[in-house]
Amino acid sequence: MIEVKSLEKKYFIGTPNELLVLDNVNLKIEDGEFVALVGASGSGKSTFMNIVGALDRPTSGEYAIDGVPVHSMTQNELSDIRGKKIGFVFQSFNLMGRSNALKNVELPMLYAGVSLKERARRAKELLELVGMGDRIHHLPNELSGGQKQRVAIARSLVNDPSIILADEPTGALDSKTGDMVMDIFKKVHKEKKKTILVITHSMEVAQMTQRIITIRDGRILSDVPNTPMA
Amino acid sequence: MFFKENLVLALESLRSNKMRAFLTMLGIIIGIASVIAIISVGDSLSSSITTEMQGIGTNNFRINVREKDSNVGNPRDPRANIMGSSASAEDEDLITPEMLEAFQEQFKDQVAAISLTESVGSGQVKDERLYANVAVSGVNPGYLQVNNVELLSGRFINDRDTAGRKSVAVVSDKLVNNIFGKSVNPIGQEIKFYEAGEIKTYIIVGVYKHSESAMFIGASSSSEKDTQTSMYIPITLAKQSKTIKNYSNATIMSNTNVDADQFTKDIKEFFAKYYEKNPKWEVSTINMASQIEMASSMLSTISLAIAIIAAISLLVGGIGVMNIMLVSVTERTREIGTRKALGAKNFHIRMQFITEAMIIALVGGLIGLVLGLLLGMLGSKLLGAAPSFSIPTILLTVTFSMAIGVFFGYYPANKAAQLDPIDALRYE
Repeated sequence: MIEVKSLEKKYFIGTPNELLVLDNVNLKIEDGEFVALVGASGSGKSTFMNIVGALDRPTSGEYAIDGVPVHSMTQNELSDIRGKKIGFVFQSFNLMGRSNALKNVELPMLYAGVSLKERARRAKELLELVGMGDRIHHLPNELSGGQKQRVAIARSLVNDPSIILADEPTGALDSKTGDMVMDIFKKVHKEKKKTILVITHSMEVAQMTQRIITIRDGRILSDVPNTPMA
Repeated sequence: MFFKENLVLALESLRSNKMRAFLTMLGIIIGIASVIAIISVGDSLSSSITTEMQGIGTNNFRINVREKDSNVGNPRDPRANIMGSSASAEDEDLITPEMLEAFQEQFKDQVAAISLTESVGSGQVKDERLYANVAVSGVNPGYLQVNNVELLSGRFINDRDTAGRKSVAVVSDKLVNNIFGKSVNPIGQEIKFYEAGEIKTYIIVGVYKHSESAMFIGASSSSEKDTQTSMYIPITLAKQSKTIKNYSNATIMSNTNVDADQFTKDIKEFFAKYYEKNPKWEVSTINMASQIEMASSMLSTISLAIAIIAAISLLVGGIGVMNIMLVSVTERTREIGTRKALGAKNFHIRMQFITEAMIIALVGGLIGLVLGLLLGMLGSKLLGAAPSFSIPTILLTVTFSMAIGVFFGYYPANKAAQLDPIDALRYE
């Protein structure tokens, strides 16, 4: 469960100008929800994602994951939260080019201090789940975009996080492959009961989730439940 | 555990940028190789010089007649001085046996022996088809002790031989092997010495052990059989045919408990008396111990100079490592951002890049080590000294090259560790 209360993020671009990117955002996402955060570029959705992803700290307001306040944590504590409570999926995959699929999926477990044997076991299991079980020894440049994103999804799941944060996960893919990736998210949501937050500018993608939050000018414009298309 | 992962990462990174890594390592390779080569050549040189000089004897004081106010020329080769000068020393300018006797009398507690030599020339000892190359030296009985000649059988030239100018000779075991073989007892045998059409006959009274000189000039190409060895005859016999009857030099061996500096002074003072009135000539004294000191201090000065150059090369190499690591950090900004997003702490990133820098430096160091050992071996061989390697030097080198990596890798690694994950992820 993630909880956001009166969240504010200001950027100081020289006094007296200050840029208010997030303005009094309040939000609660329960465990197991499949949510889309929609907004145009410049809406503040990236900043919001950075704070939710524990990559950045808010100027004011509160943010808690599973009841643990994150907004006042130190850099090292944030690293821990990122590693264990959050699973990132990026638009451009961000796989380690010199490591094969298996090693890429194992990486977050390395930083979380999981044993060698356990790392390999869990990584294999999750690669099977995303349908990449037969390509675990391939390097990223031997994989298609869709395959890379599936590896990245497996990677986001390895430390059993509270929430999967997917930033434009279909942005670099054609629509067919994009749909396939979204299907994987649906499968993960259904089978693993994971909370998934997809950040997108595409309503089409948002329509596949159960709840659509629209953000504009740093404020939440709407927050509506959605019945995903079959 | 984490170190192993970093090691794998570092090696992967090296492998994917082979040329770049090699060029980066080059500074360290050159630096380490020259350090190792210098140290091993220096070690083997100084040990061979020391043993050589100790063979000559540290208690030995060489006196020779030289021109007054002349510091030119090699003091160890008095003939160069005498022959090379405009005027040559006359018999009355040289050291007389009477002077030496007086000296021995006055310092009988300090003097162990006095050695005199007179080079006669070289030629062959022949017996029909058998031959041996020899260099003939006239010597006095004191020569044996001063020059550490190891007698195998018979006796050395004695006072009766010199007094009676007897045609006796002490020869090397090599000569005996060449001429007589192993079955004949050479003592008492007659040998014929051929030199420039003249034949002289000597009776062998003793055999000494020929030791292959470790001195580099001796690394000759001649075969075992042709090796020239010394043949010793009474010095009076050698002087017989010469116009100059006195000595231009002598070697005085002191007892072991004698203070070398004081004794050098004593010798100088003693001979100064005889040369006070001599307008052109004087006697100089050189002690072997001070020679060794001089030689080894010169050697260590040279070593130090080259070591400083090598250290500069290592510094440049280290800066090269730092440079390439900075490039690497910039290139991999996104990777760093991703790692941080996946839970890497600053510490993890720092360790990853320090390990990488350390590996570059270490691999460079190891290549340099091998290269340096080969160069050292080659250098020692060329100089005719036995190659010498010290394990501590090798360990120190390996540690030092790792330390270079850590030292010069720290700044780039820290820069990587401090990257803001958001900026790093957004970096194109």
